[in-house]
Amino acid sequence: MKAAEFDYIRADSVAAACEALAAAGPGEERKIVAGGQTLVPLMAMRLARPSLLVDIDGIPGLAGIDSVDGVVAIGAMTRQRAAELSPAVRSELPLLAKALRFVGHPQTRNRGTVGGSLVHGDPAAEIPLVAVALDAALEAESTGGRRVCPADGFFETPMVTAVAPDECLVEARFPVWNAGRIGTGFREVASRQGDFAIVAAAAQVALDGDGTCTRVAAALGGVAPRPVRIAALEDALTGTRLEDRAIDAALASVEAVIEPDDDLHATAAYRGRVAKVLLGRAIREARDEALA
Amino acid sequence: MSDRGANYRYVSRKRRAREDRRFIAGKGRFAADIAVPGMKHVALVASPHPRARIRSIDASRALESPGVHSVLTGDELSAETAPLFNGLDIPNVKWFPLAVGMTRYAGEWVAAVVADSRYLAEDAAELVEVDYKPLPAAVEIESLLDSDSPPVHPEHGSNVLVRKNFEWGPVEEDFARSEHTLAYRARWGRSSTVPIETFGVLSRWDPIREILDVWASIQMPNYQEQIANALGIPTNAIRVYNDVDVGGSYGVKRGIKHTVITAYLARKLGMPVRLIEDRLDNMSGGDAHGPDRLFDVTLAFDGDGTIRSMKLRAIDDVGAYPGRGPLQLGKPITALVGPYRLSSVAYEAISVTSNKTGQVPVRGFGQSPTNFMIETGVDLVARRLGIDRMELRRRNLIESHEFPWRIPTGTEYDSGDYRAVLDKTLDLADYDSLVARRDAARAAGKLAGIGIATCLEPGGGNNIFEQLLNEKLEITTFVESCLMRVDMHGNVTAVMSTTTSGQGHETLIATIAGEELERDPDSIRVTHADSLEALPTRSPVASRMAIVLGSATSEAARKIRSKMIKIAAHNLGVGEDRVEYQTGTFFVRGEPARKLEWNEIAGIAHRQFHRLPPGTDPCLQEFSVLQVPGASGQLPNEKKEIQLYPCFSFQAHIPYVEIDPGTGKVEVLDYAIGHDCGTVINPDIVRGMIVGGLAHGIGAALYEKFAYDEDGQFLAGSFVDYLLPSSHEIPMVKDVEHCTPSPKTSLGQKGSGEGGYLGAPAAIASAVNDALAPLDISLAELPMRLCDIEAAIHEKRTERTE
Amino acid sequence: MTEKAIALTVNGELRRASVMPRMTLVDLLRDMLGLTGTHIGCEHGVCGACSILLDGVAVRSCLIFAVQADGHSVTTVEGLGGGDGRIGDLQDAFWECHAMQCGYCTPGMLIAGHALLEENPEPTTEEIREAISGNLCRCTGYTQIVEAIALCAARRNGEDGR
Repeated sequence: MKAAEFDYIRADSVAAACEALAAAGPGEERKIVAGGQTLVPLMAMRLARPSLLVDIDGIPGLAGIDSVDGVVAIGAMTRQRAAELSPAVRSELPLLAKALRFVGHPQTRNRGTVGGSLVHGDPAAEIPLVAVALDAALEAESTGGRRVCPADGFFETPMVTAVAPDECLVEARFPVWNAGRIGTGFREVASRQGDFAIVAAAAQVALDGDGTCTRVAAALGGVAPRPVRIAALEDALTGTRLEDRAIDAALASVEAVIEPDDDLHATAAYRGRVAKVLLGRAIREARDEALA
Repeated sequence: MSDRGANYRYVSRKRRAREDRRFIAGKGRFAADIAVPGMKHVALVASPHPRARIRSIDASRALESPGVHSVLTGDELSAETAPLFNGLDIPNVKWFPLAVGMTRYAGEWVAAVVADSRYLAEDAAELVEVDYKPLPAAVEIESLLDSDSPPVHPEHGSNVLVRKNFEWGPVEEDFARSEHTLAYRARWGRSSTVPIETFGVLSRWDPIREILDVWASIQMPNYQEQIANALGIPTNAIRVYNDVDVGGSYGVKRGIKHTVITAYLARKLGMPVRLIEDRLDNMSGGDAHGPDRLFDVTLAFDGDGTIRSMKLRAIDDVGAYPGRGPLQLGKPITALVGPYRLSSVAYEAISVTSNKTGQVPVRGFGQSPTNFMIETGVDLVARRLGIDRMELRRRNLIESHEFPWRIPTGTEYDSGDYRAVLDKTLDLADYDSLVARRDAARAAGKLAGIGIATCLEPGGGNNIFEQLLNEKLEITTFVESCLMRVDMHGNVTAVMSTTTSGQGHETLIATIAGEELERDPDSIRVTHADSLEALPTRSPVASRMAIVLGSATSEAARKIRSKMIKIAAHNLGVGEDRVEYQTGTFFVRGEPARKLEWNEIAGIAHRQFHRLPPGTDPCLQEFSVLQVPGASGQLPNEKKEIQLYPCFSFQAHIPYVEIDPGTGKVEVLDYAIGHDCGTVINPDIVRGMIVGGLAHGIGAALYEKFAYDEDGQFLAGSFVDYLLPSSHEIPMVKDVEHCTPSPKTSLGQKGSGEGGYLGAPAAIASAVNDALAPLDISLAELPMRLCDIEAAIHEKRTERTE
Repeated sequence: MTEKAIALTVNGELRRASVMPRMTLVDLLRDMLGLTGTHIGCEHGVCGACSILLDGVAVRSCLIFAVQADGHSVTTVEGLGGGDGRIGDLQDAFWECHAMQCGYCTPGMLIAGHALLEENPEPTTEEIREAISGNLCRCTGYTQIVEAIALCAARRNGEDGR
């Protein structure tokens, strides 16, 4: 399990990284390496074989977390562990903080980055799921300049995202919910804790003073080629008091959205049933937290 | 049994394991740590097809790749070497290290590339062009009995390798007089021990001295003999270094095919050649899978729960190349009825071959699946009769006063107090509180269950069971040896003759030698002789080292001690019977001032022949080569009865689990185990093996499976797909010891290396089924994956709603 | 492809090497720098046998190319005791508790335990289990490893521990 040959440069700026990517010849694959926690195993198995690795570790300003004007901006190179421990994430993006605890193990979070997980686009991964749930904005740079992609539409098919081969993700911006009492819930099932989720569910709710739900975000991972929002469920629950009955009724809308598959660890039927179970629990967790 | 009773100075006492020091310092010496000048590296070309004809192999591009020295194919290797050893009498099943003409499983090695580095070797391996004609594969276990299943070894004529029927005791009579019968099926999934270190080997041929040096991560009997057979060179031209630290094995480190590849290449190329499996090589092509077994069982029992007899059919899918794997149907005959008082048993053992990776011996050599089969049946009888599972076991367990107890297959269990261990374990688990906890959890809407398994760990080995499956194997010894020296300064060195893969043999020998000689164990050096200097050994399999090596150590030490007493008596001018020895001093009984110190005797022995008793050889060096204690050394009788393993350790397992009914996820929240392996030599080592084996068993019960799809494609080739339990999945285990010494060993010790693995799968299955009992679900297929459990719950709830 | 010259601090010592970009850090440590205490178990980032400290943080050295470590600081198991065959207190606790059998995962476990105690001097049992959950051990069932880390913490905090 040794990677095929490649060349390597360490970029000192995003612009330099983008230039390196843009110089790729026809049919040539050049890849950014950030934490490498997903890319390097694929290279070791020779399932990925870039000709050039562009290392963005150490580019000034690419790692870090800022909270400004109701948005938490996380630099693409921010380590998952740093995000998990960040006071800003904990206080303003509690859903992400909860989700990060399920990402791999402490050692992979020490090295793995928020941006790397987003760009890798695993349909069961936690960070993409939260990005979709919270309508994050994802900013990428190329030699042609910067562009912002909404999380909705960013994840295309398994391991394929809107980031083009010559682009470098630079930042993920998560809007912070400020109105009302906020609660979050994150649930997932995996054969072992720390594995990629078989199914993951994320929910965030806002309740007004009398407990009526004014806003709800609900999303599922592991049940479609990409993380999916359950918009019909969100619509159905907005304006309710999130009674158990209402939640259970709204969960019926999950089926129309998901396209689960069989794999080694679970059947499609399992994923379909468990998606509803876990999303129901995540919403209840969020509700109870908001009410607490 | 020692005449000194249980008042040991070092044995059974808390002492640090001496091996640990090098490991914590990062100074272990594993196969991959050993480098010799000029060493070359092997990478493998593996078949992507479960079954295919090899039309041609073109290595020309690979040979042009930088740093490449050779590309070896099965055609060349099979022409130059003899087939590898098969345990069964199947002359038309030929096993070579590289596929010859046909590939028989996905991942089978087709060619080996030698290059200056593993990187370059992998580059070239990609350039080897193999033209395959894919063929349909033989996969599903029961279909392998059919004469029209795709033939894995066409020359053999069928996919059934052996089918033997045994009947011990009055089976039909016992069935006729029993009030009830119960038939069930139990399925043990394909898993293995999967050590964190893969297999690795380095071979170097010295053409001048005509010696093949081998450093390997090996745990296998007769390793050098198998190398010699394959290469056609004398056994005494092979030197295996037994001081290589082996990074876990639990039975599977048997890389004979890897060794033959490197040894052949080393001789051919005149270069040292190393093959270290990477994880993908190991999982798919390393031929290190374990039992894959389907049991069909009928039990005969009375309304009071007395189980009288069992009829059992076991089909074991050994994969494409059987090796020693199928013999794992034979060892469990040693404890085929478990710790219970059955008076008869009928056993049909069937070994089948399939287009899957080959099977090797796994921890317990077939006993863990067998224990799972037995315990599943005992739980089902309890459920059928409405008798408490603990109570049912009490009614059937052999009682302490009944030992030695002879089971129908002819083996005598040496000693035990099964009820005492069960009671201790129930106390440890705080069973009444555990029941209250389970019931409270159930009341709160959870699925919660308590498991129970009471089972045996046969220890000591005895290859004669092989003869029951293959009459041509008449091996009636299974020896182990210890050589001990006291040098002229009085320092003690003990020599063992095999490798260690975590069992703490150096600590074992030092502790026992220290006990026997009343010397500080830390002052005793223990070395691993290489195979040319070694005494006879059959390697540390079969939970046998405490039993056989431990007894050999005692015997060698006792010979040293006797000789020193003899020398002391001569020099003190008294009869030997008047000399006492205590902690380094030999003195005349009742006259402590008339004494000689240990070092003085050592000096006399080595240098002062004139002070030795007449007829005494100089120096202090003794050895012991031991047959399995208590073995008859005979072949089975006409009824196929025979004493197999000598010692029987006992375990009672009580886990507590909760299952999330929405996801099927099992959490093992508590685990109590009581175990009796006779006299414990080192408590920390025994505890480690018990708990570690138990964790391995939790893996087999819930997570681990070498899965194949219906076409025979291998699905679990990485650690992302084959799931070893982490610290999240294993609870903090509570354990309690009990000691019923064995009458057959030097200090009363029994085996413990197979440890908790022999009971944990059964116990976890029992706990899951207890949790599912309120839904009237009973599962008997391992591993119990979360999606299977959830599906069973869903199905039952749907039934109930309808 | 050409080799790259790199310089990194390993166990407090500046080491230089010329490496192909594809060489992993663990291969550099083991094959070029002779530090075979760091082991390889899976080479795809699951087992944790190759754990090291990179700039003081526990990471898997099979998932880092040696060129990425240029200019950084690495600590391996050989560096935990301060050199010269000395062993540190966590290593001593592992020995005391027999927190190993075959010793193959041990260096990675020591790195994981070391990193935990740096960050959290008084971990609970659950926190210890979480901290070593990315390191697979096939021998021990983890119980004695958890006990060893707890013992080291207790000793550092002036408690007897056992």
